[in-house]
Order: sequence, then structure tokens, then C-alpha cells
Amino acid sequence: MFGRDEKVSPIRLTAVQYIVLGIFLILAYGLWRLQVAQSDMYATLAEKNRIRNVPILAPRGKILDREGRTIVDNYPSFTALLLRDSSRDLAGDADLIAQGLHLDAKEVRERIRKFASMPQYQPIYLKDDITPDELAFIEAHRNELPELDTIMAHRRLYPRNGFMAHLVGYVGEVSEEMLNSPRWELYNPGDVVGQSGVEQEYNQILMGKNGFRRAVVNSHGKEVGRLDETPAEPGRQLKLTVDIDLQIAAEQALEGKNGAIVAMDPRTGEILAMVSRPAFDPNDFAVRISREEWTKLVNDENHPLLNKAIQAQLAPGSVFKIIMATAGLQEGIAQTMHVTCNGGAVFYGRYFKCWVTAEHRVHGLVDIRKAIYQSCDVFFYTLAEKLGIDRIAKYAIMLGLGQRTGIDLPQEVTGVMPSEEWKIRNFKQKWYAGETISVGIGQGAVATTPIQLARAIGGIASGGVLRRPHVAFPDLLPANIRPVSDGLGEVNIGLDPSNWELITDAMAAVVNPGGTAPSAHLQGIDFAGKTGSAQTISNVAKARLANGKSKFKDNGWFVGVEPRRNPEIVVCTLLEEGEHGYLAARATAQVIKAYVDKERRQPTKVARSDGKVDVGAVWNVSDEDDGHETVRGGHFLINVSKKRLPLATAAPGVN
Amino acid sequence: MSRYVSFRDFDWLLLVFVLLICAVGVVEIRSATAHTKFAGAHIKQLYWIAGGLAGMFLMSLVNYQVLLDRVHWFYIVAIASLMSVMIFGQKYLGARRWIKMPGGQHFQPSEWVKLILILAVAKYFADLHQKELSWGDFVKAGAIVGVPMLMVLAQPDLGTALTYIPIAVMGLFLGGLRAKQALVVVLLAGLMMPLAWHVLKPYQRDRLTAFLEPEADPQHTGYQVIQSLIAVGSGGLWGSSAGSQTHLAFLPVPQTDFIFAAFAEEHGFVGALGVMLLYFIVLMRLTQNAQTAPDRAGTFVVMGVVAVLSFHVLVNVGMVVGFMPVTGIPLPLMSYGGSSVLFMFLALGIVMNVRMRRFVN
Repeated sequence: MFGRDEKVSPIRLTAVQYIVLGIFLILAYGLWRLQVAQSDMYATLAEKNRIRNVPILAPRGKILDREGRTIVDNYPSFTALLLRDSSRDLAGDADLIAQGLHLDAKEVRERIRKFASMPQYQPIYLKDDITPDELAFIEAHRNELPELDTIMAHRRLYPRNGFMAHLVGYVGEVSEEMLNSPRWELYNPGDVVGQSGVEQEYNQILMGKNGFRRAVVNSHGKEVGRLDETPAEPGRQLKLTVDIDLQIAAEQALEGKNGAIVAMDPRTGEILAMVSRPAFDPNDFAVRISREEWTKLVNDENHPLLNKAIQAQLAPGSVFKIIMATAGLQEGIAQTMHVTCNGGAVFYGRYFKCWVTAEHRVHGLVDIRKAIYQSCDVFFYTLAEKLGIDRIAKYAIMLGLGQRTGIDLPQEVTGVMPSEEWKIRNFKQKWYAGETISVGIGQGAVATTPIQLARAIGGIASGGVLRRPHVAFPDLLPANIRPVSDGLGEVNIGLDPSNWELITDAMAAVVNPGGTAPSAHLQGIDFAGKTGSAQTISNVAKARLANGKSKFKDNGWFVGVEPRRNPEIVVCTLLEEGEHGYLAARATAQVIKAYVDKERRQPTKVARSDGKVDVGAVWNVSDEDDGHETVRGGHFLINVSKKRLPLATAAPGVN
Repeated sequence: MSRYVSFRDFDWLLLVFVLLICAVGVVEIRSATAHTKFAGAHIKQLYWIAGGLAGMFLMSLVNYQVLLDRVHWFYIVAIASLMSVMIFGQKYLGARRWIKMPGGQHFQPSEWVKLILILAVAKYFADLHQKELSWGDFVKAGAIVGVPMLMVLAQPDLGTALTYIPIAVMGLFLGGLRAKQALVVVLLAGLMMPLAWHVLKPYQRDRLTAFLEPEADPQHTGYQVIQSLIAVGSGGLWGSSAGSQTHLAFLPVPQTDFIFAAFAEEHGFVGALGVMLLYFIVLMRLTQNAQTAPDRAGTFVVMGVVAVLSFHVLVNVGMVVGFMPVTGIPLPLMSYGGSSVLFMFLALGIVMNVRMRRFVN
């Protein structure tokens, strides 16, 4: 045998053994590194592999009217979403996804980019309310596009045709700009939040808290088990002060017109109805609105997205005369003032016309009462001259003009109440006495919102007590988000009862023969109010710009109350380019009538009550010294027995 | 020449450890393939092991000296079979590695070539008498392994081709490799690296990139590497009760090359170290057999087996713990697969053969 005598070097064989040992030590170190040193990291990675967080969307709370009737509800709809923890090349699949879901591939990529900074377990919402064929596409591509998934969501179902659209608002995905503002900073991209109206104001109540389910998935993203579930907290329902019946009446009164109606209970500030026209359909916003549609809505010259009840700031016209009358009477000037109206008068070297000249009439001798129901401009020019701008502004500001009413709706505007100080502050110019004359009839720089006028006139008719308007019952709101803590936000301007009687009586005369809106008269209803027609542009400018064609028609206003003193309801109507206040008066009368009709079908306040009843009253007091009678007014709390008295079974004398 | 061969001298201890490793492998294959389309693979593996045992006993009966005397014929057959693969081979997954046998079985000659190379290298070095290796022998020994290796590389099957290298290296080392020659081997390997990069197929380059930088493309080429690391790492000290990487199919085809990752996930550092210890015992026992071999050739044969087994363990476990790129080399005795199991048992049969003849003199 060859080489039997020559053994292989034993040193080299031992060396091989050590080399093998070395290899095994290195491998053992490798195992130790992974399984002991970095074991936690890899355990987390394995968790991430197999556990997927599937969100459970919380339904938003319902919105109800004051009687508990549903205004806004939800319905189930499917939303397509992208799961990002499946670690696929999302941007690469964007084309196929966009095609199947009828989306723009560029938009899909943009969304993927926008979500890049978010935690991986948060899916990207692609499209809400997908159609059955889009749902079928997702089901058919489970294997090719495992990252594409659906989730059942509750979508908002709003009344159709823009009914109550401005008051209720709409929801939409929280935008990038919104997330940067302090109010929304705690929200996450993809959250659906209220974008206007009640939906925005009370988002915290209405929006629930999304839950999620931790599911075990295999490498194909198929769910093979469930770990645990954090249930969604549904949003709470919100009861509004609005009465659907009255809202319907207000919507009908404004049908086919542009403008706004707001109805309020001046005793509490509860908003009973709020309409703005033209309207939009919030259902279009519940699903992501396309850019063209949005641009169209934003650029519409009739501003359908604007809630004119709180966002239109326009000259109040003659409605302002009630504020003027209040100022004049409270200052003791107007009671004895008599002015002869010859169709106009000269103030500070300029001739100011009275509207009555358009009808080729004059008002003749006018006192404060007649000046209100006949809306005599010359009387109020004279009163304005006597009061001066600062006293006018003092009362107007006391009555809430030129400032937000504090209604619990977003984006309320302030309007403008000019004064000497206001002009210096904003224009660095001195106030010209001539400007005061225009302010006297609610023109010039004065700009008010319908809600301001409703609150001011309602307050005057309530004896000078103004309340903050609101659409949600403050007592029903959770303590932490009750908007203001000062109850009803009551302001008392200390209106003298005789002045109160005079103004309210004159307002009642407005809707009677001889007034400016006799056609709005409601038989058997104690309806009172004040018309207003305000120029949207000065007469000179109108002639120059419109070239005869009257594009710039006057705005018609009317603020009405029922009953005339301590009213249960105040309605302010704005008809844009409605030309005349009496048209607004008719619309107001429609709402008032609907209110009274409904009230009359109900048991009386006393019969309904279980305790105290608030009753308003006016009475005369004769002075014992000179026999002169003065009017007093106020309201009383009457205790009503809870015991039901038997009804009379037969009238006396019968039988 | 007196012949005294008895199964009393059969290395039963070695067999016990080998079968322990096989048992661990079967149990893990069963666990890893449960509820997958590969379910039942452990039964097939048991058949392969039974076949392997039979082959091993048969192999131990044939005197290895006889095999060595005829090794040049075997070598020629090996080269011929590799050529036939190149010509008639079945193309599968882009590589020509298999010959379809009449029985419908697929035969991968490159595995058997390994066995023949162990014998050929042993024969070559056993016949050399010098203490130190001459340059001529150095080149010739290199060529014995190099030729079939290049043929396998052309299939292409990088993994199997690489397993030929330790046979040559072991032979050279024990045959009296000089320091200068070792330097040449290292330098040659260094020079080959950039060249090899160009020769590599795109998927092979991807595997290398994935090894160096698994996060570069986690969904495709890096996927196996990452999932394997996660599987091993999440096993922790005592093993992951969920075993989710393997059982939820995040680790692809865990029963073959990644069987050790699946095992390490389920049984943790302690379990993995236990299996490593079994392999170490087997290797040490083999080396001991090499030392007690009746002649130079016997030592070379056994050490050839040691070289192949160590290399497989190094590359496979190295891959699983992230030290080595993915090369498609199975873990002998544990990974599912007939060729691999049969090769190991036949190789062990030759080792037994050598041991049983240690007192023959």
C-alpha cells in the first residue's frame, strides 16, 4: 500500500479541529448576537410582520332638532384604503389602483407622499363611498394588491336640497393647513371633521374616537387571527334649538330668492330657524369633492357657501331706525320732536331725500311714532343730527351692532358700527358731521348681519333685554366644551317702559294700513316689525356703473316679532336685491304665522307647565298727584298648581 | 493480507449523533410545513433517511481501498455526467442542474461528484510521499477539483460549486501546503473576486447585494435575508411560542435552506446552540476517525467529509445569522431534500468503511 508509512501531519489535523471550533464559536456568537443581544428588536419586527392594526371608524353623533327629530344621520358606506405596513411599493401600484378606483394616479401618489411622515400602522384613506364595481375591483385584486383594503364607515346623510345646509355645515377630511392651527393640531391626517356650521363648532361632541382591531396576518396579508379590539367610541348626538317645522317654513319663505332668514326666541336666545340662500348640498362634501366643483362653489357670485344669517354684513337701512328711535327716546330727545317732511331736507349744506319722494308724496308733520311706521327719513336725519354720531354709536353698540353676537357657529362676522373713534382708527380721518345723517337711516358705513338685527330688535321688543343667540342647548353640552359660562349672556340696556311701549306699538303699525308693509298683516296675530331697504351702492355710483341697467338693486330687510311686547319669536329676513322691505316683511310673516299656528295647536304654556310660568305684561299706572298715566311693563313668574283641575263638563245655564 | 472486518468496529456513537440531528430535522420540517402546501414533507424525509442508512451500510461494506484504486474511472464518469447535464439537463428556474431519470426522479449529478472528488483528492494526496507539496502537485490537485467545479459553475450552480473548494483546500492543507502556496491561493481568490462579479448572473449579484445591504430592496432580494434574521432574532433565548415567522409563512420555504432559521425561531438560542453542539460532536468524532485511519488515504477521505460538512454548516448557519450571503447551500442532515441526505449518508458510509478497517494491517 502506498504511503502507509507516512502518516498525515498530526499537527495539521489538530489545527483543523481548532479551525472547526473557531468556526463554531463564530457562528455561536452570530446566534447570540441575534437571539440574545438584539432579540427585542427582532421580536418587535416579527410583531410588526404579523400584527396589523385595522381601524374601526367611529360613527359621528346624530344631529337632532329641539323635539328630537333627526336632522343629520349616518349610513354605512365602504371606504377604500391603503395599508402601509404591508411594505409594498405603494407608488408603483398607484396606476393600477387609480384605474380600478377611478382616481387620478397623481392624486394617489400625492396622498401617499402626504402620509409618509405618519406611523406605518395608519392606513391611507383613498376614496370614500366606493361604488359596488369599485368594491368588486378590490375584492378581485386581493392577491395582486394586498395593500388595498376596504373599511366600512358611517357616512353623513344630510337633508337634501341644501335644507339647513349652512346651519348644520358639513364634514370633510382635515386639511394640512388645519392641522397646523392650534384648534386642530391634535387631529390626525385622514380624520373626518366638521368643516363648517354645527358640524365644525361641536365637532368635539359629534366626532367619536376611532377604535382599532389588532389582527394577526400571514405573509400574504390574510387575516388568520385576532388579538384584541379597542372598540370605537361613537360620537354623541347633539340636540339643536332649531324647530324643523319652523325651519321648513323659513326655507319655503326664501324659496327662489337670495338672502337669509333667522328666527330666534328672544327670551332665551334659542335659534329656531336659520336659512341662507342660495344653498349647497352638504352630501357632496361628505365624499371628497372634486376641485372643479369646489372652485365653482367658491367663485359663485351669490356665495352659496356663505351663511348669510351670520356672515352677510350689509347696510341695515330703515331697520336701523328702531335703534335710532331707542337712542332718541332714551336720550329724551325724540318724544317731543316734530318734523315736517317735504320729501327731503338740507343738512350740512347737502340735500338729503326722503324715500317717499319716489312715490311722489310727502310725510307732512311727523312725530316719532309716525316716523317709525311710515319710515320717514327726514325725521331720522334730524334725530341723527341732534344725537350726533357718538350717541348713536353708543346705543347701537349697546344693542350689539358692529360686534359678534357670540352665536355658537363658526366664522361669524362683526359688521361695522361707525363712530368718530372708528373712523380715526381705521381710516386716520376725522368724522364729518354729514356722515352722521346717512347713518341715521342705516346707510353709510353701517353694516349689520341678520343675526345682529334679530338680537337687537328682539331685545328692544323684550324691554331692552338682549340674549346671546345659540343653536345648541347649553345645559345639554358637556361642561368642558360649554362655549360660554355666563348663562344666556344677558345684556339689559335699561329701556324705559314707556319708550318700549311706544316703539313696539309703532312697529305693530308697520304691518297695518298706513304702515310700510300692510300686505304682511297677519289677522289675529300680534305681529310687529320694521322694514328696511338699503342701497347696496350709492345712487351716483349706481347710475355710473350700471349704466341704467339696475344690477345693483336695493336689499330688502324686515325684522318682525310676535307678540309685539315680550315676543316669543323674532324673525329677521334679508332679501338680497329684494328691492323693498315689504317683500321681506311678507317672508317674515310666513314664518311668524307658521310659528303661531304651531303654538296654537299645542297646549298653552300654563297648561304645559309644572311649576313657574313666565308671563309678560304691560299696564298703566296713574300718578295720584296729577292723574297722568304712565305705562309700566315687565314680566312675572306665576306659580301654577300641578294639580289638574277637572274640566267643566257643561256651561252654566245649559241644562 | 488478512481481512478482518466487523460491525463491532462500526462507529455507532457517530451514528447516534447523526441520527439525533436527523430527528431534529424531521421534527422541524414537520412543524415548519404544517398547514402549507409542503405538508407531509417530513414523511418523505424519513424515507430519504432510511434510504440513506441503507446506502451507508452498503457503502461501508465495500473496501475503500478498492474504490480508491478505481477512482480515475469514477472521475471520468463524474465529468461525463456533468457534461450530460450541460447537454440533456432539465432547465429549472434558469439553471441546468438535473437529469431526468427513467423512474421519473430528478437526479442532480453535482452532489455525487462531491463524493467522487473526496475520493479523488484523497487518492492523489495519499500517493504523494513528500512532506512538502511541490508546485506541480499543487497545480494538479487544484485542477482535479477545478475542472468539475467550473462545469457546475456553468450550470449555473454557485452554491454546489463552492462546496468543492473545501475538498481541495483540505487536501492541500493536509498534503503539506507551504506558506508561499497558501499565499498564492489567497491572492488568487482575491484577484478572482472582481472577475467573479462579472461572471455572476444577475440574481447572484442581487443575492450578494442583499447580503451586504438587505434593506436596499426589502421586498424582493432582501426579503429572505430580512425575514430569516427576524425569525432567528425573535426566537430569543428560549424560543418564540408563536413562531410566527415560520408558521405565518413570512419565511419562504423554511424546510430547505432556512430550516435552521425556523428551528432557531421555535427553540431559541438554547435550542440552536444544542444543535450546533451536535454538529460539533459529529465533526470532532469524524476527525478522531481520521486520526485513527489505517493509512494516509483513509485520513484524507474522512477529512474530505469533515471539510464538506464544516463548510456546509459554516455557510448555511452563517447565512441564517447574517454572516454569509444567500447561496442556496442546505444544512446537511437537517434540511429537507433527497440528494443532500443521500450524499451525507453515503459519505458517512465511506467514513465507517475507513474506521472498520483501522485494524487491518
